[in-house]
Amino acid sequence: MTSKPRDAATATSPLGLLLITGAVATVGLLIVAPLASVFVDAFSNGPRAWWEALAHDPDTRHAIWLSLTVAPIAVLINTIFGVAAAWLVARFRFPGRSLLVSLFDVPFSVSPVVAGLALVLIFGRQGLLGPTLAGLAVKVIFAWPGLVLATTFVTLPLVVRELIPVMEAIGPEEEMAAVSLGANGWQVFWRVTLPNIRWALLHGVVLANARAMGEFGAVYVVSGHIAGATDTMPLRVEKLFQEYRTPASMAVASVLAALALLTLVAKVFIERQLETESKELEAARAPGADTDPTTGGLGP
Amino acid sequence: MTMPGPSFTPLVRVTFLVAVALTGLTAGCSKPSGTGTAKTPSIELLNVSYDPTRELYKDINTAFAKHYLAEHGTEVSIKQSHAASGSQSRAVIDGLEADVVTLATWPDVEAIAKSGLVKADWQQRFDNGSIPYHSVVVFVVRKGNPKGIADWPDLDRDGIEIITPNPKTSGNGKYSFLAAWGSVLAAGGSADDARGFVERLYRRTPVLDTGARAATATFSQKGIGDVHLTFENEAHLEVDESKGALEIVYPKRSIRVDPPVAVVDTNVDRKSTRHAAEAYLGFLYSPEGKAIVAKHHYRPWTADAKGPPEGFPEIETFDITFVAGSWNDAMKNLFGEGGEFDKIYQPAGTSK
Repeated sequence: MTSKPRDAATATSPLGLLLITGAVATVGLLIVAPLASVFVDAFSNGPRAWWEALAHDPDTRHAIWLSLTVAPIAVLINTIFGVAAAWLVARFRFPGRSLLVSLFDVPFSVSPVVAGLALVLIFGRQGLLGPTLAGLAVKVIFAWPGLVLATTFVTLPLVVRELIPVMEAIGPEEEMAAVSLGANGWQVFWRVTLPNIRWALLHGVVLANARAMGEFGAVYVVSGHIAGATDTMPLRVEKLFQEYRTPASMAVASVLAALALLTLVAKVFIERQLETESKELEAARAPGADTDPTTGGLGP
Repeated sequence: MTMPGPSFTPLVRVTFLVAVALTGLTAGCSKPSGTGTAKTPSIELLNVSYDPTRELYKDINTAFAKHYLAEHGTEVSIKQSHAASGSQSRAVIDGLEADVVTLATWPDVEAIAKSGLVKADWQQRFDNGSIPYHSVVVFVVRKGNPKGIADWPDLDRDGIEIITPNPKTSGNGKYSFLAAWGSVLAAGGSADDARGFVERLYRRTPVLDTGARAATATFSQKGIGDVHLTFENEAHLEVDESKGALEIVYPKRSIRVDPPVAVVDTNVDRKSTRHAAEAYLGFLYSPEGKAIVAKHHYRPWTADAKGPPEGFPEIETFDITFVAGSWNDAMKNLFGEGGEFDKIYQPAGTSK
């Protein structure tokens, strides 16, 4: 009973109550109610209708398939790019480094619609690369490569942004030690760097995947809206809604929402791991710990 | 040379490899199925269309595929793309590989022709200037018509909120604008009267959606506004879907909507789909095609028809030449940069 009376007093004071009510109402109104209504609408005709809406409509099936293809490809590209870029930025000092770091953030500040239009202006028929691509008979815009490009663009910062601070915090000592013990580049990466950044990387991947699955704006511009060919899940949700097929639309939306909830669970779990790890790191760095950060050592 | 790796390394590595493999697998399998090697020859057409035609072409496609297979022994599957007419035109110009376009307004097809993808004589390829069916702009109001809206002047009353899409991107939006403008001219008003009327309407337009379908959703599903200006066909669909919550009002006069169709010459020649593409658009003029068109509340065109097609109410119509001289003039003076719409919509301050 040390701090509890005070807590209780704050909670029951009029201002406290007001703030709590306000917070609960806001969360309820803005997050819980819409999310719940998606599921209510999705199952309004029963679970059987829900399943049929998802599995028996070839265009919807294709949209789910397309999303499950495009998102992982985009995430994979960003994982490879993110690890390489974070390593470059965290381990090296070079002119233009801070400019490069700011450039990673461009996709966050640019509207996805603008990103999509920019891709059209480069890869479209009238675009910079349009004639070349047409000559090679390669379709980018209004085909799945365009969807991958757009998705990769909007999710680009998520992995690299996650890794830079972690890599900077860990420092190069362990890697240098590994090299001094004769490890080659791959060995250093697989056995030292990757294990150290694994939770941060996973965190970035999970976030990037969630964003990739849900992306609408950029994909909307480059998709061409061809049913059964270039409609991803979010585009399909809109299309079904506009075709007055609200339950079917919400069925697809419910899959997206379920994915989002799953992401949330994964995120919480990963964040816990990250926290434990940063505490361990701090403990290791604390004075008196048996690792001396100045010389860099691999374990005791 | 091996290092004592931490115990979790295999797990991390396996996860990584599985992720890579899965991605590779899905990527490999997802190659679009464009090159079918079925026993019966088969081709795929892409019809790039505007918003309200989704239901129409779903039926047309099924009927046409059956018809074409019977006549020519070739399986045709038709893919559809629907969005705001102006955006669709732009997408085709930017490389969306349409075999045919079935758009809302003449300028949308003409823009594609100007880009070189459609030959300049496209209007002579099919009857009636390549316009297989017409429509008119009508009003959709809430059940029982609580605001008592019967004709255009009723839209001018204070507090009446109007839903119509953006004329810059939407064919439906352009036609609604032209219908409102023309209604004043047809009643004997001057261009200034028309400008004033239309300006007041857009002042009381709370949302300007980019396409017809989005505007329909705003009015019928989100419940915003008192009257929705839209094509007759879209109005019927909207009212049917509302299950009694909405009804149609025919104004005394309205604009005749002329949605043109065209074969995208460059694309069909490259894909060798010209024959099927031309047959597809020709099918819209056949008795079977016309029946489907009428079923979806578009007014099929008939060479020597007097009065409206069977089942459609009579309504006095004017066309684009009456309102604006020509589509080119309308595009320049009304919808172009700094045109009437820009002058009208900016002072409202409700940009979107």
